[in-house]
Amino acid sequence: MRGSISQGETSMVMTVAETAPRTLDGLPAELLLDMYYAMLRARRLDERCWLLHRQGKIAFHISGMGHEAAQIGIAFAMRRGEDHFLPYYRDLAMVLACGLTSLDVMLGVFGKKDDPSSGGRQMPEHFSLRSKNIYSVSSPVATQVPQAAGVALAEKLKGGDRVAVTCLGEGSTNQGDFHEALTWAGVHQLPLIVVVENNGYAISVPMVQEMAILHVSDRAGAYGVRGVTVDGLDPIATYKAAKESIDIARAGRGATLFEVRVVRLTPHSSDDDDTTYRSKEDKVTLKASDPLPKFREHLMQAGILTDQQDTEFGAKAMAEVDYAHQTAEAAPYPDVEWGAGPVYAP
Amino acid sequence: MSEKTLIEAIREAMDEELARNSEVFITGEDVGPRGGVFRATLGLFAKYGPTRIIDSPLAELSIVAVGIGAAMNGLRPICEIQFADFIQPAYNQIVNEAARIYYRTGGTFTVPMVIRAPYGGGIGGGLYHSQSIEATYSHVPGLKVVIPSNPYDAKGLLKSAIRDNNPVLFLEAKKGYRLIKGEVPEGDYTVPIGPANVTREGTDLTVYAYGMMHFYCQQAAEEVGKEGISVELVDLRTLNPLDKDTVLNSFKKTGKALIVYEDNRFLGYGAEIAAILADEGFNYMDAPIMRLAGPDVPGVPYSHPLQDWFMPGPKKIADAMRKLAAY
Repeated sequence: MRGSISQGETSMVMTVAETAPRTLDGLPAELLLDMYYAMLRARRLDERCWLLHRQGKIAFHISGMGHEAAQIGIAFAMRRGEDHFLPYYRDLAMVLACGLTSLDVMLGVFGKKDDPSSGGRQMPEHFSLRSKNIYSVSSPVATQVPQAAGVALAEKLKGGDRVAVTCLGEGSTNQGDFHEALTWAGVHQLPLIVVVENNGYAISVPMVQEMAILHVSDRAGAYGVRGVTVDGLDPIATYKAAKESIDIARAGRGATLFEVRVVRLTPHSSDDDDTTYRSKEDKVTLKASDPLPKFREHLMQAGILTDQQDTEFGAKAMAEVDYAHQTAEAAPYPDVEWGAGPVYAP
Repeated sequence: MSEKTLIEAIREAMDEELARNSEVFITGEDVGPRGGVFRATLGLFAKYGPTRIIDSPLAELSIVAVGIGAAMNGLRPICEIQFADFIQPAYNQIVNEAARIYYRTGGTFTVPMVIRAPYGGGIGGGLYHSQSIEATYSHVPGLKVVIPSNPYDAKGLLKSAIRDNNPVLFLEAKKGYRLIKGEVPEGDYTVPIGPANVTREGTDLTVYAYGMMHFYCQQAAEEVGKEGISVELVDLRTLNPLDKDTVLNSFKKTGKALIVYEDNRFLGYGAEIAAILADEGFNYMDAPIMRLAGPDVPGVPYSHPLQDWFMPGPKKIADAMRKLAAY
């Protein structure tokens, strides 16, 4: 993403970089700025989708706002585009980091012919991109988790060194699919990271009514896999923990149940109204937990990010979102024959 | 060429495909050293080892789901469900996932996998070791459903299923595993998924069947043939996608149709055959379309006389043939 900065801007960045610290919390400034931009861009794209829904231009949107720090921390610890990624519908920031473009996402949101996830067959946020090993999102929750175990098993049988990363919400961990997947992961010591993006709500049901434990990762011991809980509002902490888990998996030393504590800043989806189950006070607390301004502050205080650079990042993200939105809106719909198939592979 | 049983032919197909393609592996309950509860994988663990023949946890959902994942990552799993009755925990993975992934990704992901399951009654298996599940799964676009009726087809169709780039539900008549015998060539050959097979030429009526019921229909057709009733027998072999041309061509010739299946009668596979004949074969119809099927009760009861009451067999089929011929 930074390769597209124009010549004049590049020299400006270099000037800043000469005086700016090169590392923060043990991570290079370059990486941290990339992570920050990836979070920012995902947020702007997400916000645009909400806007399009409220304008009546799209039928549906489901959001990842509040999950970006966790998703970007994990994505940047992967070999992005090579490691297998089986996302769920909140993983906008993560699929963008792994290879879908903003335009790809918008083509899907508008149901257009060139949507690379499904050619307009699936609802928005049901991502996939074969060329980057981003597998297909389904609406029934947790189905991707035992499939990820199968992807990881195949990788092990083939003697490959790619890991499989899959994500789901904490509510979905109550599905049998999750239990069976972790059983395989433990028995076969699979190169698998099962990421639970725990935002405390299964649509409207709070965690206390979802499970009688405090941490989803407490379940790991029952399957013989590692269990980790990380502050998913902190992209640096998430990155480091994810890197360790992925390294362990890649070295053939087994799977990790990787819980990230995040916040869901929005209703469940465009069709939900969370004022029926979250108070005004809760929403204020939520907003204070937003990982994006927190990370911005952290980088600025350390002198990694300047006001000017942040403004430029913001403008760049908006330009990318504008382009994606306008291009996708003007793009052609699929021919109706596309609805009829093909149903079977040749 | 030598005579083999249905299950020997199935084992031979898997053995040859495992040898032919390192992408093929088998998983399921007890498929390893035990060789499967019906012995379909007997000897394969010793020959191919634990990375090709993988005993699964006792969990059908993930036998299928792990297969889906492995298939998307370049392998060709053969997933064994111990009895068709136990496949339902995997229904969501088969129907919402395996069957839909090719379509929902615009053809960028394929799921080349086989799900093998023994089906059918008549073996004292009661409600939960006797079920026929083909109608439920044939309803699902994106899934292929195959049921061989003899060892030659079983070997050739299973090889085709393993090489197919789509999920294939391969149902095996457990009653016929050792009862149905036939000539099976040594070495490689395939029978294509899709075409039905006219296994007996006749002029008075057409009988449509598959799997175990096809075996019984052959016996019944022989029996009524002695009385001068000429039965044409169509072995459907592939239930989805269906070979409509062969179905209709036979009906055009005889004008009378009997569909035999052991699944529950109501909305069973025969209902679709009957509907196709009514829609597209009305001008050739000489008699009401008949179905002989299992009764609409929740399962095949265990006790011997009750099981006999439930199951269609050669005698009931011969009676139905006589009735239709006389119309």
